Amino acid sequence: MSEPSMVLNNPGQSAAREQDLILSVQRGQNELFYELVRPYERRVYAAALAILHNEQDAEDTAQEAMLKAFANIRQFRAEARFSTWLIQITVNEALMRRRRERTVVMEGIDRRDEESEYAPRDFADWREIPSEALERKEVRQRLAKALGALDRKYREVFVLRDMEQLNIQETAEALGISVASVKTRLLRARLMLRDLLAAGWEQGWFSRLPFEKGTKPW
Amino acid sequence: MVVNQGMLHCEQVWREISNYVDGDVDAALRSSMEEHFRTCQRCASVLAGTRNVIQLYGDERMLEVPSGFSRRLKKRLTKDAAVKGSGWSSWSAWLVPVAAIVLIAGGLKLANTFTFRNLIKSQHAMPANNIPPDLVVVVSSGSKIFHVPGCRFIHDKASERTLTAKQAIEEGYFPCTRCLRQYLKTGLTGHRGAVVADSGSVEEQEESAEVLSVAGR
Repeated sequence: MSEPSMVLNNPGQSAAREQDLILSVQRGQNELFYELVRPYERRVYAAALAILHNEQDAEDTAQEAMLKAFANIRQFRAEARFSTWLIQITVNEALMRRRRERTVVMEGIDRRDEESEYAPRDFADWREIPSEALERKEVRQRLAKALGALDRKYREVFVLRDMEQLNIQETAEALGISVASVKTRLLRARLMLRDLLAAGWEQGWFSRLPFEKGTKPW
Repeated sequence: MVVNQGMLHCEQVWREISNYVDGDVDAALRSSMEEHFRTCQRCASVLAGTRNVIQLYGDERMLEVPSGFSRRLKKRLTKDAAVKGSGWSSWSAWLVPVAAIVLIAGGLKLANTFTFRNLIKSQHAMPANNIPPDLVVVVSSGSKIFHVPGCRFIHDKASERTLTAKQAIEEGYFPCTRCLRQYLKTGLTGHRGAVVADSGSVEEQEESAEVLSVAGR
């Protein structure tokens, strides 16, 4: 399976630098740990948020996951991707927290939906959305809102696969579900998000450019 | 809806569209789907939308954290994992129990110095505070208390001896709670014998500090 072209495996630091940092922390240079994990802090938070759907819980869990990663850094092996290892720890922490706090939604309700096929509802002519659209807070907020509208099981698979850039197998392992379930949920998540965002696309708020510099809209 | 286009129904295309985008379909299916997209505008729209969704959400800018998140994370790591600063490492882990023993021993020593040995049982003999080191005082035999000359609580006046407050403290005497009450500001809890006069010169302060150390011994 090919990785998506927009994979951002290691933003902000080279793989070699990351390996150096890992070795240094493993040898006891604890003060370098934050430098090691800093490029991933947003991904860690997003993974926790996808599962817990609560900002405060997600932040607490992100911190707990970082502490756990620090405590277990000597068990990390170079053949794994550090980012994946970190995200898997985070997902595990978040799932444990959810179990602890008994916020599990009844699975039976969703199972029927997963088994039935999802048919796209909107067939508007989507063109490529310029990446500049994401500079606008309004667009990011609308995307986040649409993601938040998904059922938890679709949201967490989508976030791990398409935002955290885990592959299908890694996503399945992190969530403790089968590869087939990951694929089914991912398909539905992508199609549902597409439908949820279609209205925005038709109204043009993806492509609407902000007013020019130096001018005011009033 | 296109039916039987390129041997594929739209529903079949939708079912596989996610795998198609991920490159997770075999060559024959890929070819059939590509043919279908060329002729079915609706499915082409679904494909374009799906790709847009993946591209938009896969962008780093979508990973937003609450304000102050990084600062709080760093603080937590520093606090709970000694991530900043020297911390401990595997080779020096043995230092931890040693350090603990040293701390406990040191604590006991300090406690002994400042508490137990200075604990004065008599209510009439307490360490003083800010007592002038050169104040003329008198002591007498049979008591470890020093007084202002003429104090009516001096025992055995026949054995009176005159000296300075500093000397008296050095010899192990404690101020009378009656005649030297004004210097007993620390009360019963002030058993550290602080005798620091409010003097102007550095020399005097140093001298007073010296008396303090004697008194606290």
